[in-house]
Amino acid sequence: MTTDLDAFRAETRSWLEENCPTEMRQPIRSEADVCWGGRNWTFKSEAQRQWLEAMAGRGWTVPDWPAEYGGGGLSAPEALVLKEEMQRIGARAPLTSFGISMLGPALLKFGTEEQKRHYLPQIARGEIRWCQGYSEPGAGSDLAGLQTKAEDQGDHWLINGQKVWTSYADKADWIFCLVRTSTESKQGGISFLLFDMASPGVSTKPILLISGSSPFCETFFDDVKVPKEQIVGQVNKGWDVAKYLLGHEREMISGMGLGMGGSLGAATRPADPLLRAEIAAFDVDALAFAAMSERFAAMWKAGEAHPASPSMMKYAGTELNKRRNELAMAAGGSDALEWDSERSKGGTTPRSWLRSKGNSIEGGTSEIQLNIVAKHILRLPGA
Amino acid sequence: MALLTDDQKMLQETAASFLAEEGSIAKQLRHWRSINCKDGFGHGLWRQFAELGLTGICIPESHGGLGLGATEAALVLEEIGRNLTPSPFLGTAVVAARAIEGTEHADRWFPGVLSGETVLALALEEGPRHAPERVAMEAKRQGNGFVLNGAKQFVVQGASADMLVTAARTSGSAGETNGITLFAVPRDASGLETENLALVDSSKAARLNFTNVQVDADAVIGKVDGGWQPLKRALAAGNAGAAAELVGVAAGTTALTLEYLRQRKQFGKFIGEFQALQHRAAHLYSEIEIARAAALKAAELIDSKSEQADLYVSVAKAKAADVANLAVREGVQMHGGIGMTDEHDVGLYMKREAVLGELFGDLYFHREQVARLSGY
Repeated sequence: MTTDLDAFRAETRSWLEENCPTEMRQPIRSEADVCWGGRNWTFKSEAQRQWLEAMAGRGWTVPDWPAEYGGGGLSAPEALVLKEEMQRIGARAPLTSFGISMLGPALLKFGTEEQKRHYLPQIARGEIRWCQGYSEPGAGSDLAGLQTKAEDQGDHWLINGQKVWTSYADKADWIFCLVRTSTESKQGGISFLLFDMASPGVSTKPILLISGSSPFCETFFDDVKVPKEQIVGQVNKGWDVAKYLLGHEREMISGMGLGMGGSLGAATRPADPLLRAEIAAFDVDALAFAAMSERFAAMWKAGEAHPASPSMMKYAGTELNKRRNELAMAAGGSDALEWDSERSKGGTTPRSWLRSKGNSIEGGTSEIQLNIVAKHILRLPGA
Repeated sequence: MALLTDDQKMLQETAASFLAEEGSIAKQLRHWRSINCKDGFGHGLWRQFAELGLTGICIPESHGGLGLGATEAALVLEEIGRNLTPSPFLGTAVVAARAIEGTEHADRWFPGVLSGETVLALALEEGPRHAPERVAMEAKRQGNGFVLNGAKQFVVQGASADMLVTAARTSGSAGETNGITLFAVPRDASGLETENLALVDSSKAARLNFTNVQVDADAVIGKVDGGWQPLKRALAAGNAGAAAELVGVAAGTTALTLEYLRQRKQFGKFIGEFQALQHRAAHLYSEIEIARAAALKAAELIDSKSEQADLYVSVAKAKAADVANLAVREGVQMHGGIGMTDEHDVGLYMKREAVLGELFGDLYFHREQVARLSGY
């Protein structure tokens, strides 16, 4: 077993050496360096295209998905080896997408064989860019209160309603969307649909955030027709799919707690002794959380983690990232107030600070995560 | 980070059931406290540790020990923390064992540690705050040996120990790591005066006065002027161990607190139904999980002799002390009036946290280490 793994490592190392372009071994400096894929994707460089094609060719954009669905079919130890070998050379993720981190795992668990064979390979190859239709103007923390209606019209669903905080809806090709198919039960009247954002009746409007960017949209559905077979799981059973997917979303967001990584003190070198002390306290917490992330990932893979533990990780990781940004602002002083100067690289520090405030809201607020921990892990009464 | 192996899980279960049963607060801490025992722990229990092989966890197999590492010690120490079990495990089987391993003193003292007859202690601190490189105690060459003069404090179980691993200065001056030498000083050495003191948690620590204490050259542990290396090794093991014990303290207190939230009623409701308390409890849970991960990471890095070990040892100790402190404060507060009574165990956790938090450097000391090791 060990020798097999050693052979796999050697082979992986030399393949990466040969196939990962030098440019793709540079750290990701900004959102612009991330490859999201999709029908309308414009590669930022030839290297970005090559890297995606090489990795997708081996199924390594989704190393642990089964090979028949476009994945790499790797065992957990092999996937870890691949991750380590990519880290060793500083290789970027070839593809980042909500298809990989959210929809894919839900389809693997709840999709029909036909759905898996149809959608998963497209996700693995980065051909379809997905967005998530969850929150609505009247359904934020109380997500199950959603009202977007799907009426059964015999051969299709007819969708009417509005979503909000739809990440990159204006850039996405398809949406996985929670809709109300029954008003008889709150959670038991929700279904999980997939449909094309190019369908007649779909429109999007970007929302300008305090950070100055517009990663989220309002999304409107006006008599959108969706083929009947594009439902995941059973009618009125979409909440189970939604919750499972949220676990994966929280797992993904918790990883953001590491921010851009590395010691904040080493990056800012604070001269003020009181600020230095606070930053040292932060660095302790960040390193401790990094250890937690490693342990959580290993436990999650081995099935030893509590099913509600992504809530704990999401809470801790996002609160940490907000603190990191607060301290980076303090360390930057008045330099960190400049909004669009070249010196400030277009206000990276204040924009990141403002954006980080959303971390503990999106994907379920910190308060909701604490409710979940109190109820499902601590089993406190009435929680 | 690797998950625990089957062997490690088995050790954890053994330690958990042994300490919950034999090392419980009622059987050990409260008992020895009520009779004002001079040791603050029971020798019978220490022999039971030995019968299970636990005193030899860090002792090499060539000496008859289990030859295991910091990870296994951490698993035992978390259970010790959870039960507030007073014992020489950390000071003797972890810290002193690491200080003398690989030297001829190992041959002299390991058999007694393995059988549970021997207690060892580290005599390091000379002021109220941990500052290992500031050792000033004088060790002057005389004839074939050395003469020690000076004072030590916070020598945990110093009055119960058969031998004191004593840090003294053979050259250089306080603040320099070179010039420190470790000596194996028998506690009955002539000129050594011991003041046995009860600490806030009913454990015992000694203040020691050395007045012309003569030791032979073979009392030197390792090399003359080269005590920093074994001392650092012992302190790393001690801090990783103390971090694990603090995680146990935090988990033990919090188990009591959660139980109280589930059964105490006010305003016709269980107080655990109030969201103000639920959120604090959930935050605490999250922090304890993180502290445990940090403690296990530090132990794992020590065991793999990683260059990152020193950094993570300080991360683990600082984080675990911080979290355990939060756990005991929340514990007493959420218990309300009953938490202020001597009869309730939650206050015992608060007292233990204070001592463990200080031992081998408090969270301020270790945050400073993290800053320095990170290059700022």
